[in-house]
Amino acid sequence: MAKSSFSFKTDSWLVKRKKYHEIGGKALAFVCAAVVIILTLALVYFISTKGLAAFFINKVSFKEFFLSTQWWPDRPPIEGGPKVGALPFIIGSLAVSMLAVLVSAPLSILVAVFMVEIAPAWGQRILQPAIELLAGIPSVVYGYVGLILLVPFIRDYIGGNGFSVLAGFLVLAVMILPTIISVSTDSLRSLPRQWKEAAFALGSTHWQVIRLVLLPAARSGIITGIVLGLARAFGEALAVQMVIGNTRKIPTSILDPVMTLTSAITMDMGYTTTGSLWNNTLWTMSLILLGLSFFFILTIKIVSKRG
Amino acid sequence: MNAWLANRIALCLFWLGAGLVLILLLGLLFFILLEGIRVISWDFLTLPAATTRSGGGIGPQIFNSFYLLILTMLMTIPLGLLAGIYMAEYAKKGPLIELIRLSIETLTSLPSIVVGLFGLLLFVNYTGWGYSLMAGALTLTVINLPMMVRISEEAIQGVFPDLREASLALGATRWQTIWRIMIPAALPALVTGIIITSGRVFGEAAALLYTAGMSSPALDFTNWNIFSSASPLNPFRPAETLAVHIWKVNAEAIIPDVKRVANGSAAVLILIVLIFNLLARWLGHYINRKLTAV
Repeated sequence: MAKSSFSFKTDSWLVKRKKYHEIGGKALAFVCAAVVIILTLALVYFISTKGLAAFFINKVSFKEFFLSTQWWPDRPPIEGGPKVGALPFIIGSLAVSMLAVLVSAPLSILVAVFMVEIAPAWGQRILQPAIELLAGIPSVVYGYVGLILLVPFIRDYIGGNGFSVLAGFLVLAVMILPTIISVSTDSLRSLPRQWKEAAFALGSTHWQVIRLVLLPAARSGIITGIVLGLARAFGEALAVQMVIGNTRKIPTSILDPVMTLTSAITMDMGYTTTGSLWNNTLWTMSLILLGLSFFFILTIKIVSKRG
Repeated sequence: MNAWLANRIALCLFWLGAGLVLILLLGLLFFILLEGIRVISWDFLTLPAATTRSGGGIGPQIFNSFYLLILTMLMTIPLGLLAGIYMAEYAKKGPLIELIRLSIETLTSLPSIVVGLFGLLLFVNYTGWGYSLMAGALTLTVINLPMMVRISEEAIQGVFPDLREASLALGATRWQTIWRIMIPAALPALVTGIIITSGRVFGEAAALLYTAGMSSPALDFTNWNIFSSASPLNPFRPAETLAVHIWKVNAEAIIPDVKRVANGSAAVLILIVLIFNLLARWLGHYINRKLTAV
């Protein structure tokens, strides 16, 4: 009698322990998932409050910041300053990243189609790891190679002093190749085989199958890849900063030096004091970057929903 | 005939494009390695960086990179793994999981310089630590957490579902099933993912400029007291990593042999990333073989 009640007790103790582990484990996992949300909210909150300070505390007008090209944040009021028109940086960022995508996207799609459709087995065995490797190369290394190869080449053979929009977008174009290639490849690989086979059976050539069946079907995946590439190009800081020369003027040719939002933040954040007008406008620039990444996410969501 | 010709031309173009990209990549890689390997010597790998003279090395920078990687991973792996477990095993469809996914997407797509500024605000200024390894590691955790959550979620979901059901049917709790069945079975994918993430931590620079800082104090590698400011292990000292060093010497160094130091650093960085990549593949295969070939 006594023995059986003892075994009943251990049993319930075991069951209880299991139950506590189960509840505790689930709670722990939940807390960690919640950390991801809290971090994101905190980030958005902090960058937004700091980023809006220039407008609400320093009373900079939206019009001046977004539309003026006069950037003299340290000029004393007697000389008509300070002026904080960030338009040159915004245009610089847009120009460099869009041109990079323009160069990179067609090439990436070529490579993606080649890998999925055309390459013999040995070609895939070389290309796949090569592209993964390329994705792993740190961006400063891209910037550095641009600095010692591309900049002198442009200076000697094309014109200007080498530090230019051209150097910037070429470095970025190479950098975003793996992003666009891998997303497009995934999307092409996921298409049902039957579509291709049906098109072949109807007598299409390989090129017709690719152009009329596969590429349209994989369109949303390819666009997603391109948007991700654009986002990466827009947000890249150091690789670009190293090769674009960083002058505060709107470039008139692709051989002119230029400055981007990211390079302005990189260069000036360390030299300005917290809370000053100049410093606050740098936070506004990071708020623009934050807003744009939301815009890119939204674009991808809309594109993938439409299919 | 016309379609045939178009087909020929198009196929040639595809070969050309792929060949161009491949040559570009391999050229890039060999260029960095060839330029850099001449520089690499024992002295270069161990000496501290010089401030005005030539002949400096990158010893502390290499150490800082690895130490920062370890600190980051100590935070990223448990947090990301548990959050991944929640996503794969516990979460039900609903607004909460959508919010988590949106957060992950947001953090993934943010430029690293913006995360770096967040780190500057929160981990450098607010905590009062100043530029420090700890601030750098926390910032890198913010960057890597979404990747880690995704890796663990996908690794767990990739496990054959019968295993889970069999375990639950035998009376195991969910928690037991996760740790005794699912995680071991997901280990190859987890290990590969973690090493690839580590490679990214190693190359990150923009987020570290204003968190871990751009300077390295004089380190005494015989001093292992974690609280001493000269100790390499002190997590609250500023620490310039290898990737930051490449940027820094090009941007503002006044040493006469900038090119030598930068070439060497780039080659070392690329070699380490290459090793991480190969290790990830090999270790994934190895664990897979160990687990399945019973």
